[in-house]
Amino acid sequence: MAYESYVLVCGGTACCSSGGTTVVETFKKELEAAGLKDKVQVVVTGCLGFCEQGPIVKILPQGTFYVQVKPEDVKEIVAEHLVKGRVVQRLCYDPEQAKKLVAEANIPFYQKQYRIVLRNCGIIDPEKIEDYIARDGYKAIEKVLFEMTPEQVVEEILKSGLRGRGGAGFPTGMKWKFAQQQPKGQKYMVCNADEGDPGAYMDRSTLEGDPHSILEAMTIAGYAIGASKGFIYIRAEYPLAIERLQIAIKQAHELGLLGEDILGSGFSFDIELRFGAGAFVCGEETALLQSIEGNRGMPKPRPPFPAVKGLWGRPTVINNVETLANIPVIINKGADWFNKIGTATTKGTKVFALTGKVNNSGLIEVPMGTTLREIIFDIGGGIRGGHQFKAAQTGGPSGGIIPPQFLDTPIDYESLAKIGSIMGSGGLIVMDETDCVVDVARFYLDFTVDESCGKCAPCRIGGRKLLNYLKKITDGRGTEQDIKDMQAICDAMNKASLCGLGQTASNPVRSTLRYFMDEYMEHIKDKKCRAGKCTKLIQYKIDPAKCKGCTLCARKCPANAITGTVKQPHVIDPAKCIKCGQCELNCKFGAISHG
Amino acid sequence: MAKLTLADLRKMREEKQQAMEMRDASNKDVQVIVGMGTCGIAAGAKDTFTALVNAINEKGLTNVLIRQTGCMGLCHSEPTVEVVVPGMPTVIYGNVDAATAKSLVEKHIVGHQLIDDKILDRPSIDIIKNA
Ligand SMILES: Cc1cc2nc3c(=O)[nH]c(=O)nc-3n(C[C@H](O)[C@H](O)[C@H](O)COP(=O)(O)O)c2cc1C
Ligand code: SF4
Ligand code: SF4
Ligand code: SF4
Ligand code: FES
Ligand code: FES
Repeated sequence: MAYESYVLVCGGTACCSSGGTTVVETFKKELEAAGLKDKVQVVVTGCLGFCEQGPIVKILPQGTFYVQVKPEDVKEIVAEHLVKGRVVQRLCYDPEQAKKLVAEANIPFYQKQYRIVLRNCGIIDPEKIEDYIARDGYKAIEKVLFEMTPEQVVEEILKSGLRGRGGAGFPTGMKWKFAQQQPKGQKYMVCNADEGDPGAYMDRSTLEGDPHSILEAMTIAGYAIGASKGFIYIRAEYPLAIERLQIAIKQAHELGLLGEDILGSGFSFDIELRFGAGAFVCGEETALLQSIEGNRGMPKPRPPFPAVKGLWGRPTVINNVETLANIPVIINKGADWFNKIGTATTKGTKVFALTGKVNNSGLIEVPMGTTLREIIFDIGGGIRGGHQFKAAQTGGPSGGIIPPQFLDTPIDYESLAKIGSIMGSGGLIVMDETDCVVDVARFYLDFTVDESCGKCAPCRIGGRKLLNYLKKITDGRGTEQDIKDMQAICDAMNKASLCGLGQTASNPVRSTLRYFMDEYMEHIKDKKCRAGKCTKLIQYKIDPAKCKGCTLCARKCPANAITGTVKQPHVIDPAKCIKCGQCELNCKFGAISHG
Repeated sequence: MAKLTLADLRKMREEKQQAMEMRDASNKDVQVIVGMGTCGIAAGAKDTFTALVNAINEKGLTNVLIRQTGCMGLCHSEPTVEVVVPGMPTVIYGNVDAATAKSLVEKHIVGHQLIDDKILDRPSIDIIKNA
C-alpha cells in the first residue's frame, strides 16, 4: 500500500524539546480522525538544521516547509493542506522576511550553507568521469584553453579575490602571477593535500568525493603559470582518496584531458602523486617541497619564495586542495560572481569540519562572514546533551580558543586574527563546560611540540618549556610567576620561529591566557579545575553526615587511602589517593563526591 | 576510450546531462545512492552496500540502480543512503546498517513507505531553496 503524502516531523534534540514529540502524536491522531491514516505517513526525521525555527514540519511530495508548528496548528495543516491541498501560509517559512532580516543584521541567514567546494560531494559517483563531466566538469578547462590567455586566467583569479585555504590566506591570483612572471622554462604546480591537522578532513572528503575537480584546477593553474607538470602531495594515511585520485588520473588520461596536447589545444600537462608519511610540518610548503625532492621535510627560510625558486630550484605554485576546488567554478561563473560572496576582505566560502560537543558534527560549507553562532547552533544543532557552550577552537592545533562573547563575530581571516585565532585549514572544535581550557591548551601544545622538526630554537626549546609549565599548572604545582614566563615564551616563539608551526604553536596558550585567566588562576591558587578534567587537582571527599561507615569504600580503594572504623564516618587521605574514582562509584549512600 | 576533441567533450557532456534528466523524467529507475567516503566506510557503508545488493537481488528487482558517492556532510549519521523512487519524495536515510538496508528495500522501494526514525533529509538550506 503506497502512501500519497508524507509528513516529516523533525525529531532532532532542539525540535523535540520545543514540542516536536507532541506534534507527531497530534498528527497521527488528526490523520486518523480525518480518515487519512492509510494515505498519509507520519515520519520522524533527524535534525533538519533549522533548530531556531523548530518544531519543523515538512510535507512531501510538495516540499512545503512549516516552521514553529505547535500541536494546535496540526488540525489546520491536516484539514487544509492534506485534505484540501491548500498550503497554510501562516506557518510557512517566509524567505522574504528572512531576506529582510539579512539586510538588517547583515547576516547571510537564508544561505547558511552554500556549496562551491563541495558542489559535487555526495552527488556524483567519484569513480565516474562522466558524472563529473555532466555537472559542468572540464568545462572550465575548455574555456581556459580555447578562449583565454594565461594572463587572462591569472587576472580572473586575482579579480575573484580567492585566498589560499591552506591557512595563511595568501591571494591565489598573486601567487600565480609571481610564478607566471618568472622566465619561461620548467615550472611546477603542486597541490598540498597533506592535511595534517588532527580532526580535519575537508580536503580528504573533497578528494574522495570529487577528485576530478582538483585535476581540472591543477591543469588550469598549469596553463596559467606555464607549468607542464603537477604533483599532488597526499598523506599515505588517505588510501581511499589516493585510490580515487589514481582512478581519476587514469580516466582523464584515457580521454585526453590530461597528458599530451589536451583536447587538441597544444597544451600538455601531467599529474603525479607523491605520498607523505604524515609529519605535520611537511604540510608547510618549503618542507613539503623538500619532501617531494626526497629530502627530510624541514622548512627553509623564505624568501626565496617557492613561486620564484621551488621544486628543484624551479618556479613552483603550491595550493591547497580547497583553494583549487574553487578554481573551475570561478572560471565557469566568473570572478564577479565569486567576489560577491563573503566579506570585504575574504571572498567565497569555507569548508569546516565541525566536531566536538555539537549535535550534528559533519562537513559544512558556509559563506565567509557566517558567524560561529550560526555554525554551531543553527547548522550544528547546538550543544550536545543540553550542556553549555564554553568555547570554540578554530584552525587546528595552532589555532586560538574563542570564548562565547565572540559567537557573533562574522568569520574571515582578519576577524579571527583579531580575536587571537586563525582560520587554519578549517577545523572547528566545539567545547562545553566539561572541557578544561588549560587542559585543552596543553593537549594542542603536546601535539605541536611532538611535531616540531627541531630546526630552530624558539620552537624546539620554547615549545618544550611552555608545555612543562602547562603540565605543572594542570598538576596543581603552578605559580603566578609561571604565567608571566609563559607569556614571554609565547611572544618569543611567535616572533622568532622559522616557520608557521612555531609561530602559531602558542596560539592555544595565548588565547586561553587572554580569555580564561580566571581558570588558570583557579588551577594555580585554589588548586581547582572547574571542569574536573585535570585529574591531579580532583579531591575526593567523604561527607561525614551521609557516610554510614559501611567500609565498602575502604575495601575497594586500591591505594588504601581510606580509613575508618565500622559504623563511623570514613576519611580519605588526599596524599595517598590516586583519584581512581572507585570509592565514589561504590558508595551506596552517595557520601563520596569529587571536585 | 579514445582521446576527446573539444567537440567530443561537449557532445559527451550534453548526452550525459540528457541521460540524467531522462532518467528522472521517464519515471522508471529507482536509484539508491550510498555515501562511501572514509567515514561512511568506517561506519560500515560497505556492509550496507552489500546488504542492499543482496536484498535487491532477493526481491528480483531489476529497475534499481545502486550508486556510490562521496561525503554528503552528514558524517554524524553515517552510513547515509539516498533513495530516489519515482512518485515518491527523495529522501536521505542515516545510520543505515545492514538490517535497515534490508528494510529500506522491502519497505521503501517495494512497499513505498518511508522508514520512521532513520530519515535525515538534506540540510535546511537546500529545503528552503527548493521550497
Ligand atoms: C606547520 C604547517 C602545516 C601546514 N599544513 C598544511 C596542510 O596540511 N595543508 C595545506 O594545504 N597547507 C598547509 N600549510 C600551509 C602551507 O604552507 C601553504 O601555505 C599552503 O599549502 C599554500 O596553499 P594556499 O595558498 O592554497 O593556501 C601548513 C603550514 C604550516 C606552517
Ligand atoms: S618553527 Fe618549529 S617546525 Fe618550524 S622550522 Fe622551527 S623548529 Fe621546525
Ligand atoms: S562506602 Fe560510603 S557509606 Fe560506606 S564507608 Fe565509604 S563513604 Fe561511608
Ligand atoms: S579515588 Fe580511588 S584512590 Fe582515591 S580514595 Fe577513592 S578509591 Fe581510594
Ligand atoms: S532539531 Fe529540528 S531542526 Fe534541528
Ligand atoms: S564523509 Fe561521510 S558524510 Fe562525511
